[in-house]
Amino acid sequence: MKFNRRAFLGTTVGALAAPMIVRAAGHGGKPRVVVVGGGAGGATAARYIAKDSAGEIDVTLIEPTRAYYTCFFSNLYIGGFRDMDSLGHSYGNLAATYGINVLHDWATGVDRDAKTVMTAGGYNLPYDRLILSPGIDFVDGAVAGWDVSAANAMPHAYKAGSQTELLRAQIDAMPQGGVFAMVAPPNPYRCPPGPYERVSMVAHRLKETNPTAKILIADPKESFSKQGLFEEGWNNHYAGMIERIGPDFGGADVEVDPVAMTVSIDGDVNNVDVCNVIPAMKAGRIAEIAGVTDGNWAPVNAADLSSRMDENVHVLGDAAAQGDMPKSGFSANSQAKVCANAVRGALTGSTVFPARFANTCWSLIETNDGVKVGATYEATEEKIAKVDGFVSATGESAAVREATYQESVGWYDGITADMFS
Amino acid sequence: MRGHLFQTLLAIAALWATAATPDAGGDPERGATLYRQCVGCHEVGLGAVDRIGPQLNGIFDRAAGQTEGYRYSSGMQRAAANGLVWNYETLDAFIEDPRTLVSQTRMSFRGFKEQQDRDDLLAYLRTFSANPQNIPESAPTAAAIDHAVAPEVLAIVGDPAYGEYLSGECTSCHQASGSASGIPSITNWPTDDFVTAMHAYKVGKRPHPVMQMMAQRLSNEEIAALAAYFEGIE
Repeated sequence: MKFNRRAFLGTTVGALAAPMIVRAAGHGGKPRVVVVGGGAGGATAARYIAKDSAGEIDVTLIEPTRAYYTCFFSNLYIGGFRDMDSLGHSYGNLAATYGINVLHDWATGVDRDAKTVMTAGGYNLPYDRLILSPGIDFVDGAVAGWDVSAANAMPHAYKAGSQTELLRAQIDAMPQGGVFAMVAPPNPYRCPPGPYERVSMVAHRLKETNPTAKILIADPKESFSKQGLFEEGWNNHYAGMIERIGPDFGGADVEVDPVAMTVSIDGDVNNVDVCNVIPAMKAGRIAEIAGVTDGNWAPVNAADLSSRMDENVHVLGDAAAQGDMPKSGFSANSQAKVCANAVRGALTGSTVFPARFANTCWSLIETNDGVKVGATYEATEEKIAKVDGFVSATGESAAVREATYQESVGWYDGITADMFS
Repeated sequence: MRGHLFQTLLAIAALWATAATPDAGGDPERGATLYRQCVGCHEVGLGAVDRIGPQLNGIFDRAAGQTEGYRYSSGMQRAAANGLVWNYETLDAFIEDPRTLVSQTRMSFRGFKEQQDRDDLLAYLRTFSANPQNIPESAPTAAAIDHAVAPEVLAIVGDPAYGEYLSGECTSCHQASGSASGIPSITNWPTDDFVTAMHAYKVGKRPHPVMQMMAQRLSNEEIAALAAYFEGIE
């Protein structure tokens, strides 16, 4: 463990009241990288730039929360396979071991001409390279009758933490034989198998405590990730419990009433006890504020995740429109390492190696019934393009499925170590 | 209750089996078969050397973490500092679940859950320990068991700096610290073992779909670079 001045700054700067400009002189003239968002993309990028540049680059990570709860594996909390504490991670090691200036604050503005980031706390942080990894926000008006003010009555639980705890508490409070409804999102969205793993985990929970309960999914998509695997698993483990209404039967024509607790699908009104609304998504708001979005997402160059609008700004993870990679924590982590290598090369002249990307998404369907899908990707002129891939097969043995689940537990420890250790 | 019944049956069986080995009471021949699950990492017998794991000759009564020249995990070093000695009880606990006995060991093995399996395996390993019987050592078992890599491929000297960059694709799952839980440790392997394993995935001789996919697009030089980086990682 090594402490330096910036590490201490990270722990005290939030307490200062007056706005201030952090000046280059205070940083010994080192190149400066500001990272916005401390998730799988941002934490990984900050860690790799600081670690591999060994003090040559000044790294500031802006992240409002002091403890990060991973969205990946949060469905397993709903199923009762993980407790919330096991999903929480602190930024202490990034500050202490790598000297990253961790600033718990909101980024509220970006001046791309002056190359500065404004924060809610009143700071104005200069950068040579800016990395935005803000995750997702929801599209206003995407589900008729729902907005974020209704997120208590009808949680999205698509950013992990209190929303996830709320949803699980509501499931546990359902009356016997009650109805859990999910309004599934349209493509593209964070974690393509996520809604369907969640349905599996809700079914697992209900099967134990409320076996006559029903699950109703309104889905605007014709098909979804790992569909054959999920449907096989639902038939095997939760027969008769889950009903999915696709677009052919009005799954895209949905209106909710968070006061009356109803979900209307193609005009049919359903009284429900819990309603998990996962609206259409867009890049985290700071990407839009920075002016690097086109439509809902931020287009980037595949080779280094640099914005198509500004070569000094990079966008990682869910917020980026990069091509073929799914929006997942694994993808963001993979993109972050390519971006970190490129940023370091641009600022210090270190060797820039060719971009290469990979993703694997594991999902749990029932106890020891794990499945996975994965692919490798390369950078082309137009996009991040898929090279090769695989998906678990239907009809696999119980031993294979258990090994896949055990592997996913190992992956969780691996990726969180790669972000925070 | 089943355990008691099982033990009773074992005791009856032991009365019949006059050739049972001392101490552990296991069947070394069956243990030799079970040991095939270990040979990917451990050599034992005449000429055995450290590979991914340390060689296992004379393991009984050996103090843990003391094999000269082998780089132990910090977890094993800690256990050794705390005085762990390999005897029947500690080996039994370790091969039942390595990480229960030694946190953060790099031994990525789910463990033998059946007592009979552990007894048989330990009876086999016992034949490679001098005390109390000085049993002749047999040929080593581990080297390149499931695959052969061309000597010129094994001879490629990898660039550890490139390997460090490429390792980003590994460390999304495999921990750089060498800790392992559900996904094996890949740190501090001899380069020949690393290269051999990766080529086995690349050509499909080892079955794991993620590893096959990752290995298939690595060139011989890239595999050598990864091997060089992970061998020397601190």
